[in-house]
Amino acid sequence: MKPTTLTLAVSLTDTPGDPVEGASIAGSKKKGNCVACHQVSALPDVPFQGDVGPSLDGVGNRWDAAQLRGILVDAKKTFPDTVMPSFHKIGGFIRPGNGFTGKAAKEGELKPLLGAQQIEDVIAFLATLKE
Amino acid sequence: MTRTRGTQTLAALAAACVLGAAAQAGEVDHPELVINGETRITVEAPAPDHLKDRLDTIYSGWVFRSKETQALEMDDFDNPAMVFVDKAWEVWNTPDGSEGKSCADCHGAVEESMKGVRAVYPKWNETAGEVRTLAQMVNECRTERMGADAWKYAGGQMAAIKALIGLQSRGMPVNVAIDGPARATWEKGRELYYTRTGQLELSCASWHEQNYDRMIRADHLSQGQINGFPVYRLKNAKLNTAHARFKGCVRDTRAETYKPGSPEFVTLELYVASRGNGLSVETPSVRN
Ligand code: HEC
Ligand code: HEC
Repeated sequence: MKPTTLTLAVSLTDTPGDPVEGASIAGSKKKGNCVACHQVSALPDVPFQGDVGPSLDGVGNRWDAAQLRGILVDAKKTFPDTVMPSFHKIGGFIRPGNGFTGKAAKEGELKPLLGAQQIEDVIAFLATLKE
Repeated sequence: MTRTRGTQTLAALAAACVLGAAAQAGEVDHPELVINGETRITVEAPAPDHLKDRLDTIYSGWVFRSKETQALEMDDFDNPAMVFVDKAWEVWNTPDGSEGKSCADCHGAVEESMKGVRAVYPKWNETAGEVRTLAQMVNECRTERMGADAWKYAGGQMAAIKALIGLQSRGMPVNVAIDGPARATWEKGRELYYTRTGQLELSCASWHEQNYDRMIRADHLSQGQINGFPVYRLKNAKLNTAHARFKGCVRDTRAETYKPGSPEFVTLELYVASRGNGLSVETPSVRN
């Protein structure tokens, strides 16, 4: 049994996700940095994969694209209280900062952690993680 | 196991429960810490009562560091923080300010007058009518009694004098009071500890309570205890105060931080210190 899920069936963009770009986003410290918390065997060149969250191996079998989109956009809708950040959300934060500067975010300038196309790219990558 | 984790997938949750059942006290393997072959440091202790519903066992951050980093703390000749302590010892004995007084002129030998002080700070100050940190007490002496300038709250001079003072309590159990008049401050600190800040929406508890002993990328997460502060960090090759560490951690949630010395961080310091009640004062410690 899976927890109730936020499912988003409709793609956030018109361009289909690119799994190669998605892999780069998931592995890059500057972009998604999913490996900070998740181990992903399909990214053997990325050192120091974390174990705060479950391994993403086989995640393409466990969730469909609509569910993955929901998890990525706002993981707390699928896993209440999770430490996983909401990657495509721009409001409702306490003391939001301007990136990692420690200064306050400028009014109205907060960008989501990942843009719409980046979300689609990561979903395309995750869909390839089958066991 | 009372450490609460996020609801993971059922499989992961089941695995965590199995681990948890086998892992009461002594969950984290670590060597003993004895400094200079004589001072025994308690790096693992039963959680204080106020924390028992969240954690069974508390650990010093030393436990989670590499063997090499751990070794640097086992002998004062190897501990890079000691250079700063030596300098602070000179400062203790050197007059400063318009009154021409040194710390020693009022307090005598630091080895005697400051023994046990670090273990009970932050502490309720009856005259001030609020909880005061050690740094605030130092600056009060400087401005009110010596006629000298206040030191920067988290600057090098303050960190060094705190390391010198803290060293006099090394090996003694942290024992900050959280009842009586300090209670309201402590409760505010607790609220901050559990507030999820910034665009990453992480609280201190997200990492240091729910996920200690796990890896975020290359970082082995500790419980974020402050029994060893000020700490010498290999990363920046200087002494670091607890408030500077809090600031860095909050910044890493992509949040607007509080300032070192701010009322918010004073409450947080009291609360975090109280989570370490029962560990030894380990000042000055070494971390990466
Ligand atoms: C700060 C830690 C953290 C980061 C960063 C993070 N996650 Fe997660 N993620 C988690 C945790 C913890 C869970 C388990 C859900 C829970 O908390 O109950 C999870 C669950 C998931 C799941 C469900 C996994 C399963 O096996 O059912 C997917 C898919 C996922 N994350 C993808 C991602 C992707 C893709 C990224 C980056 C764009 C990412 N995560 C970044 C912590 C994180
Ligand atoms: C974004 C992630 C993150 C959050 C949130 C976080 N920390 Fe940390 N913290 C770290 C990392 C990484 C380290 C270094 C490894 C370790 O000791 O856990 C660390 C270390 C520490 C240390 C040093 C421990 C030692 O023994 O040297 C303290 C103290 C600390 N954190 C306190 C806090 C407090 C208080 C909060 C909340 C205000 C907090 N942290 C929130 C990531 C975080």
